Amino acid sequence: MPVLECRGLTKRFGRTAALDEVSLAIEPGRIVGLLGPNGSGKTTLIKLANGLLTPDGGYIAVCGAAPGRESHGLVSYLPERTAIPTWMTARQLLDFYGDFYQDFRRDAAEEMLDHLNIRPAQAIKQMSKGTREKVQLIMVMSRAAKLYLLDEPIGGVDPATRDYILSTIIGNYNPEAAVVISTHLIADVEKVLDEVIFISQGRVALQSTVDDIREEKGMSVDALFREVFKC
Amino acid sequence: MQWQFSNDAPIYTQLIQQVKVGIVTGAFPPGERLPSVRDMATEAGVNPNTMQRALAELERDGLVYSQRTTGRFVTEDNTMINQAKRSLAQRHVKTFLEAMLRLGFQREEIIDLITQEFGKEDGTHAGA
Repeated sequence: MPVLECRGLTKRFGRTAALDEVSLAIEPGRIVGLLGPNGSGKTTLIKLANGLLTPDGGYIAVCGAAPGRESHGLVSYLPERTAIPTWMTARQLLDFYGDFYQDFRRDAAEEMLDHLNIRPAQAIKQMSKGTREKVQLIMVMSRAAKLYLLDEPIGGVDPATRDYILSTIIGNYNPEAAVVISTHLIADVEKVLDEVIFISQGRVALQSTVDDIREEKGMSVDALFREVFKC
Repeated sequence: MQWQFSNDAPIYTQLIQQVKVGIVTGAFPPGERLPSVRDMATEAGVNPNTMQRALAELERDGLVYSQRTTGRFVTEDNTMINQAKRSLAQRHVKTFLEAMLRLGFQREEIIDLITQEFGKEDGTHAGA
């Protein structure tokens, strides 16, 4: 069964269709790049998948069921903007996640925080922007979820932090789960992905594996993206 | 191990080449156990499935072998490692020759240039 499946999925904001008849399936064990220019519908798709938005048409399912209360237990979501309570300390945040999510692997989170030299007593608000993003990613990746939805996890952070984030994603790889990474920084994530989905103006323009693209076109996904979305 | 990737070839084929280089140069010594797929993928910064695919291919070629419970090991067969070394070298020579021919050099000129370059290297060694 696909971890995430959409058929004819449509979402409108007023008269504009943010997503227009999108059909796709994401299988377990896959790390998938959701790639498209700004405003192409990446965030809308992610929000539909975790139930923050409801579709105007078509079908969407996480592990076979419509997004809702049940699926929240299966989906681990990293929003575009950091959304962890800043007044908490790192330790309180661990407690908070532990209370909320049965699948939270506290040991894993503690180990990763320790690796970054973040003390449990340190308050989130005392941390730099980059550190906060790392902390939130650690929380998200420390859940034993079936579907990870990461909305622009590497936007707006320095290259070293970017490497850290990507290696955290690889290090937490689970063959039973799928990871969806939305981004327009393709060159940086390309090597980490199995598959890419290009979305353009609310439609799926291409779904393929990274190595098929490189093999067939003799170019990187980044180069292909630049060609497809040339302004 | 230094992992480097170019943009014009599939990632798994580049991984195969680089693990081969690692085996030939002794970064992964004969008979030694390879790190787990996940660790190798993390180190190379690549997708674990892609690393798995590359290692499976190396296994098919016989350069590495699996032991069901303990993991993957580098072959102890030196003939096989030497063969891999030779085929890596041949690839380098081929690329080099293609570039030289494109520049308009003839066979003799190329050999002369190589001999000269070797002479220079010997000179530096003698000087030092």
